[in-house]
Amino acid sequence: MATFSYVRKLLERVARTASGGTDGAETAATDDDAVSDEAVATDGGDTVATDGGVRQSDGGLRGTLEDRLGEDFLESAPFWLPPFLLVGLFVYGAVIWNAAISLTDYEGFVDPDYGNLDFDMYVQALTSSQVIDAGVNTLVLMIGFTVVALAFGLLIAIVVDRNIRFENTFRTIYLLPMSLSFVVTAQFWLWMYDYDGVLNNSLGLFGLGPIEFIGNQEIVLASVVFALVWQYSGYTMVVYLAALRAIPTEHFEAARVDGASVVKMYWRVIVPQLKSATVSASVVLMVFSLKAFDFLFALVGGYRPPNGADILATKMVREAFQNQNWAYGSAIAILLFLMALSVIGPYLYYEYTNDNL
Amino acid sequence: MSTVDETAEEGFAINPARVGVYLTLGALVVFFLAPIETGVVTSLKTPDAVSTTSPLVPSVEGFTLDNYATAVSELLPGMVNSLLYAVPATILSALLGSFAAYGLTLTDWRGQIGVLLLFVAGIFIPYQAVLVPLTQFFTVLGLSDLAIWSLLGIDNAYSGIVELIVTHTAYGIPICTILFRSYYKGVSEEMLESARLDGATVRRAYRRIVFPLSTPMFAVVLIYQFTQVWNDLLFALVLVQAESSAAAPVTLILAGLGASQSGTIFGLRMAGAFVAALPTLAVYVLFGEEFAKGVAT
Repeated sequence: MATFSYVRKLLERVARTASGGTDGAETAATDDDAVSDEAVATDGGDTVATDGGVRQSDGGLRGTLEDRLGEDFLESAPFWLPPFLLVGLFVYGAVIWNAAISLTDYEGFVDPDYGNLDFDMYVQALTSSQVIDAGVNTLVLMIGFTVVALAFGLLIAIVVDRNIRFENTFRTIYLLPMSLSFVVTAQFWLWMYDYDGVLNNSLGLFGLGPIEFIGNQEIVLASVVFALVWQYSGYTMVVYLAALRAIPTEHFEAARVDGASVVKMYWRVIVPQLKSATVSASVVLMVFSLKAFDFLFALVGGYRPPNGADILATKMVREAFQNQNWAYGSAIAILLFLMALSVIGPYLYYEYTNDNL
Repeated sequence: MSTVDETAEEGFAINPARVGVYLTLGALVVFFLAPIETGVVTSLKTPDAVSTTSPLVPSVEGFTLDNYATAVSELLPGMVNSLLYAVPATILSALLGSFAAYGLTLTDWRGQIGVLLLFVAGIFIPYQAVLVPLTQFFTVLGLSDLAIWSLLGIDNAYSGIVELIVTHTAYGIPICTILFRSYYKGVSEEMLESARLDGATVRRAYRRIVFPLSTPMFAVVLIYQFTQVWNDLLFALVLVQAESSAAAPVTLILAGLGASQSGTIFGLRMAGAFVAALPTLAVYVLFGEEFAKGVAT
């Protein structure tokens, strides 16, 4: 990343200013790039002229930087640089460190040994049936949850968009679960799915059940997806509602004049225009599904989720923080990270090419 | 949308399509509120009543407030702890996010998009990929070993609160930045430009123009971020670890509540869930519009 070299230059300049105090002269003397052409030219003429003579460019390096990167580069740095460094350290620094740990054999309470790096942990993870199962579950959860939440949210949005009364009240109710913690909603759904809970009670009225929604490993993942859809379809509704309202009214009318049925109209005319809303909502939902850790942990109050519902996120935390297999957990985390990256990468590229960032 | 304007024109005539729309809306209300309704009802029942009465119907004989009394006494310290880090972390990440968005949106230099991409990607990174280094980092830093805790007579477990403030601030910055950026993109550039031409520095333009203009967005971001931080379990779990710790946040305690030896006490669990959700529910009820905006952006 080119930014790093700019940052370095910036730091060098700060250091020089601090030590010397004779910023302009010293900078110019040490930085041959700046001394010769650009500094002289920008200092005297350009900068002052565009700024109405108020601000003054003081040093050669500064002139160079501002020439290359735009006049606000240094002045705006105090605003974006500290948060950028914090994010850089905690997000990117940590991911790189995590990758390094995953190559060690770090476990238990001794310090990691970075002298002996290999891919053992990845071999171990990729040949472990538990990790494979968790990976498959992660994918099923991610795709199932995303598709169902999108479809359901779109349906709700279409209904809410039909000029209804008390729209705000309905919207508030549908979005309410979204404000709750996974830890809280896990309690609700544990009770909903219980033998004495609402679902089995209602099934009992028809002489059906009881069903072990959580205990049966064939359906536990579907139960989890259902609960997550309950929590997040309000979100997809809000996103789609905004997108529907951005579509010009004529499109709805044109379709109606053509004699298209309501269903056909939505399918042919409206749904294709929701593409960008769908893309960004899917990415957000996929990321939320990776965070289903909180829900699964709270469901059982421990590291081991119900049989059949183990995902990479829970497996990783269990290996690292329960079993102290730090390197192994880190390797699983990198696998999870790569999965996320395969979604985020194309998304960011898509947004970038569409100038949506 | 103007697709269904007929009812308005036809006065009070009953239109089957409209009835269908409202029936669907009603069914959705039931769907979204049922888990919460059964939660409220159950939280007010004795364990006996929970197993003998219908989960959706309140019980008169089995009515009790004991669950709430227990839940409050168990969760109150956790709620104080959660507030201790959620409030500072929310304010810090909102401020830093506003700074970053300003420096990357309303100022003029090249390379902004590159830096911005790194912020956006930061939103989507699964936190599992940073957990081990994060705990390593704080272990090496050794906040809990500082003399200040014993000097002040505070349990050194509270170093976990400091760690959570730093952590939530850092991981909250990317989303806050993007929320502010989407807002700043709509700020009139002429106004800023003329201010700058009048000699206002980048810093002054922020203080005098951008920051005051940001007030509505600060409301959105603070509400969204507070909800996120309050609701989080993962960081609390790996940084504070034990739910018995003096610094345990409310989500950590709730996750273990009600799972007693003799089975799951649902009444207590439900009461605990509502107590833990109280601050975010209050925020949601009071600032629903802002919350929806934060979610939708």
